[in-house]
This record gives sequence, C-alpha cells and structure tokens, in this order.
Amino acid sequence: MKLIAGYPDSLTDKPFHYCPGCTHGIIHRLVAEVIDELEIKEETIGIAPVGCSVLAYEYFDFDMQEAAHGRAPAIATGIKRVHPDKVVFTYQGDGDLASIGTAEIVHAANRGEKITTIFVNNAIYGMTGGQMAPTSLLEQKTTTSPFGRDKNKEGYPIKMSEMLTELDGSSYIARVSVHDPKHIRQAKRAIKKAFNTQINGEGFAMVEVLSTCPTNWGLNPLAAIEWLKENMISTYPLGDLKSSGEVD
Amino acid sequence: MGDKVLMKGNEAIAEAAIKAGCRYFFGYPITPQSELPAYLARKFPEVGGVFLQAESEVAAINMVYGAAGAGARVLTSSSSPGVSLKAEGISYMAGAELPAVIINIMRGGPGLGSIQPSQSDYFQATKGMAHGDFRLCVLAPSSVQEAVDLTMEAFEIADRYRNPVMIVGDGMIGQMMEPVEFKKEVDPEKLPQKEWATDGAKGREKNVITSLFLDPADLEKHNWKLKGKYDRMEENEVRYETYNLDDVDTVIVAYGTTARIAISAIELAAEEGIKVGLIRPISLYPFPYDIIKKTAADVKNFLAVEMSTGQMVEDVRLAVEGQKPVYFYGRPGGMVPSPEEIVEKVKKIGGGSR
Repeated sequence: MKLIAGYPDSLTDKPFHYCPGCTHGIIHRLVAEVIDELEIKEETIGIAPVGCSVLAYEYFDFDMQEAAHGRAPAIATGIKRVHPDKVVFTYQGDGDLASIGTAEIVHAANRGEKITTIFVNNAIYGMTGGQMAPTSLLEQKTTTSPFGRDKNKEGYPIKMSEMLTELDGSSYIARVSVHDPKHIRQAKRAIKKAFNTQINGEGFAMVEVLSTCPTNWGLNPLAAIEWLKENMISTYPLGDLKSSGEVD
Repeated sequence: MGDKVLMKGNEAIAEAAIKAGCRYFFGYPITPQSELPAYLARKFPEVGGVFLQAESEVAAINMVYGAAGAGARVLTSSSSPGVSLKAEGISYMAGAELPAVIINIMRGGPGLGSIQPSQSDYFQATKGMAHGDFRLCVLAPSSVQEAVDLTMEAFEIADRYRNPVMIVGDGMIGQMMEPVEFKKEVDPEKLPQKEWATDGAKGREKNVITSLFLDPADLEKHNWKLKGKYDRMEENEVRYETYNLDDVDTVIVAYGTTARIAISAIELAAEEGIKVGLIRPISLYPFPYDIIKKTAADVKNFLAVEMSTGQMVEDVRLAVEGQKPVYFYGRPGGMVPSPEEIVEKVKKIGGGSR
C-alpha cells in the first residue's frame, strides 16, 4: 500500500499555538510538505518573523533563525551569501513585510537574492491585537481604524506583490489563497514553484498567501473564510503575477 | 607578511579583517569610514570574499546577523549615526549570541553632528548600545598598527564569547597613514566549525538562532548566562597601557587618539618639571578599573581627557572610588585637544608640582 498522505517530516510534533480558524497552520503545513517533497529538509534554513508566526522556528523541523521585525530578507541575504548552495526562505506577515520591513523586502527582491519568501497577508496585525495593517482593506475596522480605514487619512491597501513584479530582480511572484481545498492545492503549487525558482538559481521568488484572522476580524472561523473570499480577493487578485516560465 | 607597509587606518583595518579570515562584509556608506568598504569591495574578489552594500545600516547589520548565524566570520563598519541605526541589530545579536566585528569610526554628534573626529559614542558603545541587558567587548586603538592588531584579535574574542565586538576609533585613526605590519594570516577554511550555526541540519538536530524567550524564567536564565560571559570578559579581556606612572602627581586617563596627544602633553609638562603620567584604556569594556584604583594611592589627582563633554570620566570616577579628585578636560564636536591645552588644565587642577 502506498502512503499518499501523512504528517510532514519537516514539522515538529509541537502543537500550533494559532487561534481557531487561523490559516497559519495550513500555510506552515504546505511549506513543510513542499520541503519534504523536494527533499531539501537538510539543506533548508528558514527565517521566522515578528508577528503571530514568531514561533515558526518551533514548528519547522530544520535550521531556523528568528529575525527582528521586518528584517528577515536581510538575514536571509546574509545566510544565502554564506551558503549559496543551501535553500533559504523567509516566512513573514503583512506588518512585518509590508510595513516595517518594506525596505528590506524591496531591496532583497531588487538584488535578485536567490531566496524564497512566504508572505502571509491577513490584512491586520494579529499578535499585537488587531491594529490596522498597510494591507487592511478600505473601510476595514481595526482597533486603530475604529471607524474604518479611510483612504484620505490612512492611504490604500498596499499591493506588495504587484510592486515587486516591477523589479528586474524578481523571478516569480504569485498571490494565492487558502480559503478552500482547491485554492489550498493551488497555493501549494505556487509555494513549490517559488522554492524551485531558488533551487534553479533564478532570482527572488515570493508567494503572497491571503489568510484569515477570525480573532481580530471579530468573526467565527467560517465567517472569516467567507469574508476573505468576498472582500480580500477583489483587492488582491490571485494568480501568478510574474513568472519566468522556466520552472513548475 | 612581516614587511611594514604604509596604510591609511580604514584600509589597514579592512586588510586586518582579511588576514583574520573574515570573508563577509555588509555595510552602508558613511563618512569618515568610506575607505574601509571601498578597500574590501576591491580586495574581497581576490580572496573569494563577499562584499555587499546594503540598502541601509539596518539591513546591513541584519545581513551580519544572518551570516554570523550561518557560521561565518563577518564584519561591518560605520560611523556614529550609522551605528545608532545598527543598534537594534546589535542587541538582537547579543541576545542570540552571535559573533561579529563592528567598526565604529566615531564622528561628532548628536544627530547628524559633523564628520570630524570625536569620542562621543563612549556611552553608547560601553553602556547603552540598545535595549536589553547586554554588553559588547569594546576596543579602542590609538595607532594604525594597534587598529590592525585589535581588529584581528576582535574576531577571536567574538568567537570565544559568541558576542559582538566593537572597535571604536575616531576619524583620526581612520584617516591617518602609518606603517603597519600584519603579524599573521588566518585561513578561513581552517577555522573551527561552529556547531551551533544554521547551515543545514544534516545528520544532526536542528539549530535555532533566536533572542526570544517568552517564559520569563527562561529569559532570566539566559540573562544570567550572558552575564556570566561578561564576567569572564571582565576577568580575561581587560587591556590597557601605562606611561610614565612612577612618581607623578597627575595621571591622565585617555584612550585612542586623545591618549597620543596626552603623551605629547606629558612630555611638554616634563620640560616644565611637571610630573604627569598616563593610563590608556585599550578595552573600554571591560574597563581597566583596577589599575586606576591601584594608582590612586600614589598620585594627587586624575585628569580624564576626551573628545566629548565627559563620558569615560564617569568610569574613572567609579575606579577611583573617591580616593582622589578626578578632573575632566574635553573638546567635543569634532574639535581635537592640543597638548598645550592639556598642560594648562594640569596646571589649573594643581596636580603638577614644579
């Protein structure tokens, strides 16, 4: 009998601390499955961010570094320059990547660093208690935009993936979602492609994953999935935004 | 090797890093240390090194964090305002116990200040680099040769304690040319493997580089562990030099370029029959408290001379423990004290006997 599914080797057996209905767990698992399938667990060094996934290094069962807020792409650059033959990825949320770490992600991408970034966008700050993120939607209510995000005061939801496609150093940029099984499978394909882009020695690769935050959105897990589907995808369209076409 | 070559301080420090087996540099341009990265950008390709100009000091120090965590000997250099930007990363490195060498060619401050020589980052380097309960080993050369020797040693100290080491020079050390000799050369291939580094968990348990300890009991334990390292530094890494300490009335305490000016002042004073000696701290942390304390019994007073409004003088007072008066003379803002000014001050405090 052939085993077609199981617990990924690249995850430790430590239970996730994530809130019920949060999709970080799904995304962790997808990353771990891809690393298992590519048989690169012993070659991989991951970088955890500051935010809800700050403890990602306790869940991934390979070498990890924990970064200061927003600095993961700079740390990844340092590691990759020392070990160009290893696989280096960052796992970052929207506050980390799209706010405080904007400079680091833009320049890592622009240098064409051969690293992979998993960018989890749930349109809110989770760990600090539901503040407005640069990716929060217009009119979205958060603890720091209690009357809804006002474009005249807080500007617009930032489209990091689209921005990064404009840089010559980026090779593969995709946006995916994990709100249903079909999209989860697509997300896994994109994550695999982003790792293969690095393994093939092309440039910078990033997958933006639309994610839920039931706790801070004030919704139950099912309603949060619906909210993502109904509201986020129209602002953040899904698909391969930039692809060299050389890797699957 | 063994031959003396005439080199500018900044370039000599860069060459010393190469000779110490360092092959990774991440930095951001700032005056007055620009010759250092430029030298490495030219020379590293010859020895298989990686030079990368980062988008900011913030990014540079985090590249250093990544490279150090990946097991490499790594260098960054900057000047005062740039070091402030690197402070966050340095705190994380101390917390995560990552070795690296950081060069600070100090200039006048606060803020944008000036680009002239200064020693106004003493507090920052030795006491309050950034948030959290940590220390850097801080070394202050007073000649280009010493900058070379200390840079090479700094990499060893960093690895020994798994802690960042800072070399503080003022703009003068960085810019002046002196003959130097490189006394040894380290082959980076032959450096001991760092078992804790994140270089791929092949045939071993995974390694994690982090400064996060959510459980306060764990963090307390970690803090005491770090404190243990600083205690060992205080035991083993104190460096200083004394000059003319026998039968003097006043002892000048000065480091870096200022100590050289102090020696000129001491010679000038001697011509007038005024007896002055010098204690030159080479390690600013750990500070040479003991020699100053011991000397206090035999002298009338102390004079701390600095290119600042008075920072190291606080450590001199701590060392003297009130046994004798401690005076201060300083020129901040990028101004450099002259030997004559120092002699005037010695006379004024009445320590010198005719």
